[in-house]
Amino acid sequence: MSLHILDLVQNSLEAKASKVSLNVVEDLAGDLLVITVRDNGRGMSEGEAKSVVDPFVTSRHTRRVGLGLPLIDMYTKLCDGRLEIQSQQGNGTTVKAVFRYSHFDRPPLGDMVGTIRTIVIANPSLDFNYCHAVGTQSFSLSTREIVEALGDVPLSFPDVIVWLGEYLKNNLARLYGGVTDEND
Amino acid sequence: MKTIEDLKRLREKVEAQTKLRYETGTRIIVGMGTCGIAAGARDVMSAILAEIARRKLEDVTVSQTGCIGMCEKEVLVDVVRQGEPRITYGKVTPLNVATIIAEHVVNGRIVEEMIVGKMD
Ligand SMILES: Nc1ncnc2c1ncn2[C@@H]1O[C@H](COP(=O)(O)OP(=O)(O)OP(=O)(O)O)[C@@H](O)[C@H]1O
Ligand SMILES: [Mg+2]
Repeated sequence: MSLHILDLVQNSLEAKASKVSLNVVEDLAGDLLVITVRDNGRGMSEGEAKSVVDPFVTSRHTRRVGLGLPLIDMYTKLCDGRLEIQSQQGNGTTVKAVFRYSHFDRPPLGDMVGTIRTIVIANPSLDFNYCHAVGTQSFSLSTREIVEALGDVPLSFPDVIVWLGEYLKNNLARLYGGVTDEND
Repeated sequence: MKTIEDLKRLREKVEAQTKLRYETGTRIIVGMGTCGIAAGARDVMSAILAEIARRKLEDVTVSQTGCIGMCEKEVLVDVVRQGEPRITYGKVTPLNVATIIAEHVVNGRIVEEMIVGKMD
């Protein structure tokens, strides 16, 4: 699932977003997993937003078939969930994927540390916000906060790479009660 | 437990030690379209970050890009050394990363057998 999240964020980047928010909610009481990616990119028209789950719709010219959204759509349906796309031309896009948390076919979240670390370090000028909740615990991180603390030190600085990996690992472990990650 | 405060201390340490010169450094760009991700781009990126950290390469920056239409050659990794042509490597796996970094990024020797493109 963490790979689909990376894929959604890449869509936002391709839509020229300067700001992307990622929310992951593991609602244990409601038995739901909700992943929301919101961006301020170029957005889509209503028709476009409706048709993007059709694998033969893509705005790219280099390849005929888009894979990203149709695949995620399929997974949500498989897991008693749904994919909602809200978008307005020129006004950004919100993609929300809902899954039944305990569904047998729901893919595990997987390597969230790898996904978040990639997004943060490979996009230093993106205003990226990540919020992850598990039950009543939550964790949030913003690229801006990190960049402000770092001043002129780049995000790809060796010690920063190590720090970010550890920071994410510590905080995600805390979300899961400090014990082993259910998704490993 | 790591905190944001660690970064402020790191910043003071770095500012005291060196004059940062990362603008003059090498850029590494990883293809992260769906095709790249499906072919393992995130793990390649993680391997690149690990290698930068291990070798303490302070003047390398990384970025991501979308699909450029060579999906069958993903994972694509571009290396741009300051003032040199942009070299595109194809079918990169986490196992190739150490070689590309040691040879090309650190020593400036292009890894010919993995190249799929060259651009000025
Ligand atoms: N966040 C977004 N903002 C604006 N348009 C979007 C966004 N996400 C998707 N789209 C539109 O929906 C289309 C389909 O997206 P999808 O991820 O399924 O395929 P793709 O990005 O075109 O190709 P691939 O993901 O396979 O590299 C995109 O081409 C784009 O036009
Ligand atoms: Mg896409």
